[in-house]
Amino acid sequence: MLDDILNAIPHGVMLLDASLLVRGINSRLQEMTGYSAGEACGIGAEFILRSSIGAGSSLAGKVLESGERVCRNGTLLNRRRISQWVQFTLSRVDSIDGETEDRPGLVLVVEKAERSEPGGGGRSSSTLVGHSPQMQDVFERMAILARTDASVLITGETGSGKDRIAEELHEASARAGRAFIKVNCGALPEALLESELFGHQRGAFTGAVKDHPGMFRLADHGTLFLTEIGDLSLSLQVKLLSVLDDSRFYPVGSSSSVTVDVRLIAATHRDLRREVAEERFREDLFFRLNVLHLRVPPLRDRAGDVRLLLDHFLRRSVRLNHSRVEGFDTEAIRRLVGYRWPGNVRELRNTVEYGVNMCRGTRIGCGDLPDYLFEPLKVRTDGASSAPRPDQPAPAPVTPATGWAELEQQRILNALQQAGGRRGRAAELLGMGRTTLWRKIKDYNLE
Amino acid sequence: MKLLIPTCGNHVAPRFDNATEVLIATCYDRQLLEEPRFILLANPSAEGLCDMILKEQVKCVVCCGIEEEHYRFLKWKKITVIDSVIGRWKPALDLAVGGELSAGDILRV
Repeated sequence: MLDDILNAIPHGVMLLDASLLVRGINSRLQEMTGYSAGEACGIGAEFILRSSIGAGSSLAGKVLESGERVCRNGTLLNRRRISQWVQFTLSRVDSIDGETEDRPGLVLVVEKAERSEPGGGGRSSSTLVGHSPQMQDVFERMAILARTDASVLITGETGSGKDRIAEELHEASARAGRAFIKVNCGALPEALLESELFGHQRGAFTGAVKDHPGMFRLADHGTLFLTEIGDLSLSLQVKLLSVLDDSRFYPVGSSSSVTVDVRLIAATHRDLRREVAEERFREDLFFRLNVLHLRVPPLRDRAGDVRLLLDHFLRRSVRLNHSRVEGFDTEAIRRLVGYRWPGNVRELRNTVEYGVNMCRGTRIGCGDLPDYLFEPLKVRTDGASSAPRPDQPAPAPVTPATGWAELEQQRILNALQQAGGRRGRAAELLGMGRTTLWRKIKDYNLE
Repeated sequence: MKLLIPTCGNHVAPRFDNATEVLIATCYDRQLLEEPRFILLANPSAEGLCDMILKEQVKCVVCCGIEEEHYRFLKWKKITVIDSVIGRWKPALDLAVGGELSAGDILRV
């Protein structure tokens, strides 16, 4: 019965006892490792899996002890000497045979994965992490898009990884090894952007003391990545469309045209269809860019990826900061997984980095996480049902606020209200010094 | 003949490229000539291990998991590779010295 259930799972599954010996292995993992159930049972799991995640027994021991699920990316080396990238997920179970109670063991799920980050256990080049069906779809589309030379439009919320995807597309394309030039269309004023993109001749305008080749020429035979293309002015949109159609343009102040061979990848967090409807973006350029469209899902829609990304960025941050942090505590994990991540992967990465730097022990707790992770929950639930931070008293009900400054003002007012107007007590409640509170009261004009 | 086994505790190391310790033994006429010596590696590296095998003039490597690339390299250098051996290094060494160890052997206790 148990074997039938295991074999019905489309990923590799292994059951381990408390001594980390194999007690069961499904047909998928038998195929991946090259070992039959008869051969594998009773053998130490690391000898069957031959994973690159190093001392697998110490990791498994920690999972057995803490009961906390762990995901790691690495390679599995099979009997046929073939190494493949996989994701290992280790979870503790109370009974490995489904019948006998108090016989704890581990369930190891092995899924095929894209090549992942260094530190996940081996060599790597890819920077994209995700195993949700939504991201698998993105990876599949990327494999197709990389084989073509057509323009690609990447859309998605801010921080969702559009830049990374553009780099990966370039690296996987026939243009890999050639230039990959990134230009942020929202970062420069129109006149400067035109010169930056198309170049200028010496003397074309005041300050043009020498020729500038422009990004299009620098990206010749390579890829030009225009990020925040939704912020491009209408006049530059016309010029860009002309370059895309003819592969030729006139640098600012020049009377001779330049021909380039550039693949264009554009990205924006804006809804370009709406921009077109509101006449802020040219329809013809939209259709020209929208040859191949890749939509990156927001993190809140990527089921299961938050946990994976937390582990990924934790390992990276621990390595970079030479920290001794080992993981998150249960409450912090619950909060982090439940958070909506409006800033997507970028916000998550920064949050983990904050936690690693603030943590004084070996496990990141709620107190080591930024306050804003807790604030939106209070606002959404009007402070009634949201769990307060364990190290701070429950706040009084607050009214919805939008910006950080408003939130802080609201917190100060609530604390003052709770403290009955006593500033010393309010400062204690807020976890700040009296002087800081006094300065903030002055700044926000709350006197 | 010199023989090398990447080890991990009492066992043959699960992976050739992740081993941090190796055993080198010299045998003649199916008998060990001396006690095997252990060498701790500064860091795990398949390439570093291959270099050491060539430098030490090892003729036979007994290991568990090894990537095809390194297996082929060692074979090309005319080194016998007995891979996918699972078990403790002592019986593996005894069997290898006696010429009775084969690739894929699982040496259960």
